[in-house]
Amino acid sequence: MGTQTVKVVILKDGKVVARGKGFSGFDPANSAKQAMEEALKAAKLKPSDLSHVTATGANMSLAPKADSTISMMGADAKAGVFLFPKARTIIDVGAEEARAVRCDERGLMAEFVVNERCAAGAGAFIEAMARALEVKLEEMGPLSLKAERASPINASCVIFGESDVVTLIHRQESKPEIARAVFDAMADRISSMVHRLGVNPDVALLGGVAKDVGFVASLKRKLGLDILIPEFPEFAGALGAALIAAGKAERSHK
Amino acid sequence: MSEDAQKEDVEYWRWQEYHRVFSEKKWKNKDVITAGVDVGSVGSKAAIMIDGEVYSWGVMRTGSNSPESATKALDWAMEGTGLRVNDFKYIVGTGYGRVNVPMANRAITEIACHAKGANYIWGPSVRTVLDVGGQDIKAIRCDETGRVTSFLMNDKCAAGTGRGMEVFADLLKIPIEDIGKVSLSIDKEPEPVSCTCVAFAKTEAVGLLRKGWSKEKVLAAYTRAMAVRMGNLISRVGLEREFVITGGQSKNIGIVSRIETILGVKCLPTPNWRENGLDPMVAGAIGAAIFGKALYEKEQKS
Repeated sequence: MGTQTVKVVILKDGKVVARGKGFSGFDPANSAKQAMEEALKAAKLKPSDLSHVTATGANMSLAPKADSTISMMGADAKAGVFLFPKARTIIDVGAEEARAVRCDERGLMAEFVVNERCAAGAGAFIEAMARALEVKLEEMGPLSLKAERASPINASCVIFGESDVVTLIHRQESKPEIARAVFDAMADRISSMVHRLGVNPDVALLGGVAKDVGFVASLKRKLGLDILIPEFPEFAGALGAALIAAGKAERSHK
Repeated sequence: MSEDAQKEDVEYWRWQEYHRVFSEKKWKNKDVITAGVDVGSVGSKAAIMIDGEVYSWGVMRTGSNSPESATKALDWAMEGTGLRVNDFKYIVGTGYGRVNVPMANRAITEIACHAKGANYIWGPSVRTVLDVGGQDIKAIRCDETGRVTSFLMNDKCAAGTGRGMEVFADLLKIPIEDIGKVSLSIDKEPEPVSCTCVAFAKTEAVGLLRKGWSKEKVLAAYTRAMAVRMGNLISRVGLEREFVITGGQSKNIGIVSRIETILGVKCLPTPNWRENGLDPMVAGAIGAAIFGKALYEKEQKS
């Protein structure tokens, strides 16, 4: 139940059988219901076939028919270690929030850092800058990879960044360099969160922003590490919740 | 064109640019004529002093070019005075664009200048200055001479700054110079918005409007949140009376009255700058001009 999109993952015997997705919009509960119906249809299942439903995300309290909930950090840790068994540092960058979670040697969450009160550390920042640059959100990443250096912009605040971008456009600075500056600034924030937890060589990146090649390139540069990214990073939170649900269903079965 | 369609073109954030000359004062060539030019991120201010007394000033919006904004602001302060740039014994540049003030003999940080300027405007009893600028907020402690003893700054974040206020003026379509009054025109103070980030607060405000909140109530909730943020900064630096507010937001009665409530302390009243009083937005430029006089006199002695 993310701030921007709702995601559903259905597990059957520990394997992902279907996914569903929708925009949270003004009625996240209804969006969740639709995403769930879509996933059930794809899996050829009925609602009554589900043994247990676990919700997570900023709007988890609005999830319809959830049997339990799990914190976003808990879901990140669960999914990150499931996808990459050696990963002990899990980063999740979503639309309005970024989290870094450190897991212990057993893969259980030990410590976390959250950036939740500032748009400059989350996907909302890339969106706002894409608007100011007048390029599509999906184009920001590929565009930034063409840059040779980063333009100087105030990339620590969305509001100031917007005005800086406008000034740079008037000065006819190149768009790739401005895009690169946006990602570099975000990567700076995220890497400092990771450093507070202590870096571990196996770092997994989850959340919708992990699909952005520009952000990934900047984060790799900042951390000086390769980063593990799953095939469907935006579904990772839902996957973590589904894994928790599977555990609960099994325990109640015994 | 309908009235509403016309309103779409209104720039609600745009505040009044103006200049003032105390024409009863006359300058002579032998006077120590100094100027302070404060190029802020949003406003450029220039103040002219004769023998350490404020003579004129100009306030205008900063353009995309700092040197040009500095020149324009000083030109405006000089307008109608008969002064030429050569008549100045010393010019000090300050503010965000201080290194880009072409005619300045020297640059001094705006923190020192605001404390000095506040000391001039309100007198030696001032100990704490909150400067709310376009791009940052600073809580400054000073002694009876206006010398800075400590300060804290919040930069790189629009929350609580003049720029954040402009964003809300535009969003709610309320002229920036009215937002203070409008934010107080409510029966009961609402809870502050939960987001401090201006980008998120905007989203939250749109949600509240959709829920049926009035513009006034949304503005009150936002202004409250910003005042809380400023109050926190002051508490961290330590509040000692007398307390004053400088910068553009000193004119926002909605902010000023809420900070007073939060801190439980009245600030010294904002002078009536519309009539004959000194403008707290020009405090930095005034402080710079005072430093200019001191620096000139020091040069003469050596």
